[in-house]
Amino acid sequence: MLSSKIKYCDVEFGKCNKDLLEEVISYGLSLGADFVEIFLENTDNSTIIAEEDCITSVSPSFGKGAGIRIFKDKRDGFVSTNDLTKKGLMKSVSQAIEMLDISDRKNKELFRGINKLKDYSSKKKNWIEEIPTFNEISEKLIQSTNFLNKNKIIVRKGSYSRNWQEVIIASSDGTYATDIRLNQTVGLNVIASEAQYRSNGSRRFGSSGMPNEFRLWDHEKAADEVYESSMNMLYADFVEAGQMPVVLANKFGGVIFHEACGHLLETTQIERGTTPFKDKLNKKIAHESVTAIDEGISIGSFGSLSVDDEGMEPEKSILIKDGVLKKFISDRAGELRTGHKRTGSGRRQNYSFAAASRMRNTYIAKGEYSKEELINSISDGLYCKSMGGGSVGATGQFNFAVEEGYLIKNGKLTKPVKGATLIGDAKEVMPKISMCGNDLELAPGFCGSISGSVNVTVGQPHIKVDSITVGGR
Amino acid sequence: MKAKEITNQISKSAESLNLKKWDYGASFSNDYSVQVDKGIAKQLKASQKQVLTIRVWNNSNLVGITTTSDISESGIQKALKQANIASEFGNKKEITDFSPLAKEPIEVQEVRITKPVGIKILLKVLREAELKLLDSHEAITSIPYNGLSESFYERIYANSDGAFRNYSKSQAALYLYARAEEKDKKPRSSGSVKLGYGIDDIDIESCIKEASNKTIAHLNYSAIRTDKYLICFSPEAFLTMINAFSSIFNARSIIDGVSLSNKNSIGEQISNEALNIYDDGLNENNITSAPFDGEGTPTKKLCLINKGKLENFLHSESTARIFKTIPTGHAGLGSKVSVSPDWLVVKRSDEGTNLKNLLTHCNYEGEYVYIEELNAIHAGVRASQGSFSLPFEGWLCNKGIKRSIESATVAGDINYLLKNIVNIERKEEITPNGISPHVWVNELSITGDA
Repeated sequence: MLSSKIKYCDVEFGKCNKDLLEEVISYGLSLGADFVEIFLENTDNSTIIAEEDCITSVSPSFGKGAGIRIFKDKRDGFVSTNDLTKKGLMKSVSQAIEMLDISDRKNKELFRGINKLKDYSSKKKNWIEEIPTFNEISEKLIQSTNFLNKNKIIVRKGSYSRNWQEVIIASSDGTYATDIRLNQTVGLNVIASEAQYRSNGSRRFGSSGMPNEFRLWDHEKAADEVYESSMNMLYADFVEAGQMPVVLANKFGGVIFHEACGHLLETTQIERGTTPFKDKLNKKIAHESVTAIDEGISIGSFGSLSVDDEGMEPEKSILIKDGVLKKFISDRAGELRTGHKRTGSGRRQNYSFAAASRMRNTYIAKGEYSKEELINSISDGLYCKSMGGGSVGATGQFNFAVEEGYLIKNGKLTKPVKGATLIGDAKEVMPKISMCGNDLELAPGFCGSISGSVNVTVGQPHIKVDSITVGGR
Repeated sequence: MKAKEITNQISKSAESLNLKKWDYGASFSNDYSVQVDKGIAKQLKASQKQVLTIRVWNNSNLVGITTTSDISESGIQKALKQANIASEFGNKKEITDFSPLAKEPIEVQEVRITKPVGIKILLKVLREAELKLLDSHEAITSIPYNGLSESFYERIYANSDGAFRNYSKSQAALYLYARAEEKDKKPRSSGSVKLGYGIDDIDIESCIKEASNKTIAHLNYSAIRTDKYLICFSPEAFLTMINAFSSIFNARSIIDGVSLSNKNSIGEQISNEALNIYDDGLNENNITSAPFDGEGTPTKKLCLINKGKLENFLHSESTARIFKTIPTGHAGLGSKVSVSPDWLVVKRSDEGTNLKNLLTHCNYEGEYVYIEELNAIHAGVRASQGSFSLPFEGWLCNKGIKRSIESATVAGDINYLLKNIVNIERKEEITPNGISPHVWVNELSITGDA
């Protein structure tokens, strides 16, 4: 039998692998690498979906893998594999060395072995037992969809997803760390319909490192919010396109800053030459009312982590202070190639991606105004209560769908409108954020980029943008 | 090579766990890719990956599933046990079974499987391509997104009823996305993607030329006035639009209530009668073709829209059971089986008498907007409502002069769009995502900055 013959794993998760890791790292260095990094991963994930009044999908998955990265000068080679035997890891190192075409066998640094293990997982070992069971999750999801069983709702869906990940990170600079991560997310979606009218409503909630969080989730309140949103939008007219001032709601409204500006402050964008902010450090890039932060330390937030995927503890980075650019989000490769110091932001979806500079919990800091003051300041504009997805192009243009929007007339919210898209360019829009509210809140989300999909938090208080292009009909 | 042995291992483990009914899908792949930055190797990647998805049926005939990368004996045992636990939560309202076509004979197309050329060759080829693209115009300052990759994979489906299928393939891809900039103007970018069974199949020169021409063509841009315009969709853009709204002919979406169609929609006139759409996964131009789907059902050509009328839906085993028909070869393998199109082919039917044949993107001199590429599909399409609002790259054309549009969105409704097709050009173009001619639509809303 093939599978009984094949040895799959020499790595022992939860135990000391120092000798094995040092041997693999030494091997890489002996072949001429400047730097060797090993990322090992053990996962146990599951997704559960409830539709209408029953569970329609339970999908568990588990696995192990390794990502090995070799640096030579400023180049890097990355190999990922499911073969966690010593032989498999050594083979991956050889492959990375060969890819980089290293013939000079001299190392810049002398390897003194990896440090004593930094164990971030010690208080997290029981998490996998403490999380809710399939039974508990199923029951609560069905209750949630039952709460949505109301007039005009034709589709009701609840979904739960849990990612449990145990990682070991070791590298030739001595880094040796292990951690356990637990991310849980739950979402509700509805479609409302009457005659020719249709609307969608959705909300997502998520936490990091809190096994009990799903049990505490107020599913009735969440269902009410989703229902109300879909009802408000059911008979909405399409928005009329044009340039206008907008107020973006707090929480998920922060997705615009994340996409339109946050990505442009990642060192990967400097490397590519695709950020207009490359030479703007300590220069004004936004309205003085804007202070923006990226951090990985807020307890329980979806983008928080004890240690990044390169073994560095996350820091709180003030990206923009009173409109002035103060810092870029950087990882190991970013520091090597751009000179910007690492910020504990080296992140990856899993072992099959090399880490890259990625956002964590990213938000605009609170200001001094109330939501009402922002709305009252506009005679003719748009209030974006709930944002859908969006994207930013290679030259910095962004676009975002508005899921729930209302017209503002003479300082008051009036009728709901649908079909709105916000279109702009970070460089031009950042100076137009003229007022920030005092009601900062965060919201969980997933961010897809060069190193895969990672969990993040976006956030902001209510903010006013003086003028932006609103796409519509 | 591994296929039979894994099947035997699963069979043996299932027997020891008293699991009588099971099936599985597996894939094994080796991938190599390179990226460069002005001649310097930026990131070189290699990966070896294995994924095994096992479904089991319990004594109540409910299905459970588990996915793993661990194909050791203990890994397979664990996956079977976990799938058995998951089966207790199996969907009681929808029966799932083996595809009745999982043992039908199939003709696996003979495709050339190339050998890996290796990272060094990939790097050399990409460096040369990058250099040529940078040299093609002084305004092209960088190729921020680029990559050359080759993949080798084997896919397997087997079940406890004796069905067994597998195939192996190789594939290569080149993408070049250039950025151009001129003084006092905004940077512009565009690109090109080419696929092949191996590096030798890829038309590198045409990828460079296409990326260069597209990028440079957008340098001379201006804003567009917000209004309704006559639209010409490029083949790529029209295929993107149809794929985004493929829930119209997706039986899974219909059952889930997220499609604009319903069970009785077959035969409905949803478009201009000049429009035919097929799903043709086995088309000789489809580099990514697969001879069977996730449930082992053979892939086949299926007419979805015939002379503007809905002709067929895409099915998995369970949706076909509900619709009292047979699966069409479009299923994934999951706890809840997904359904999706393979490779769409858009054609002009022989009922094109009401078309305005003078509308051709090469010759028409009136005012229209040419949409070359649609972006941000995930954000701007509401498939369940039929609406879209999408940024695009394109030109405003008038009197034979075309001017790149600075930044704009096109918005509308798919029902309106399909019914207001005013021309389907005769010449079809092959793209990585399917085949289509240029398609003209009367009056869609464009939002611009002018």
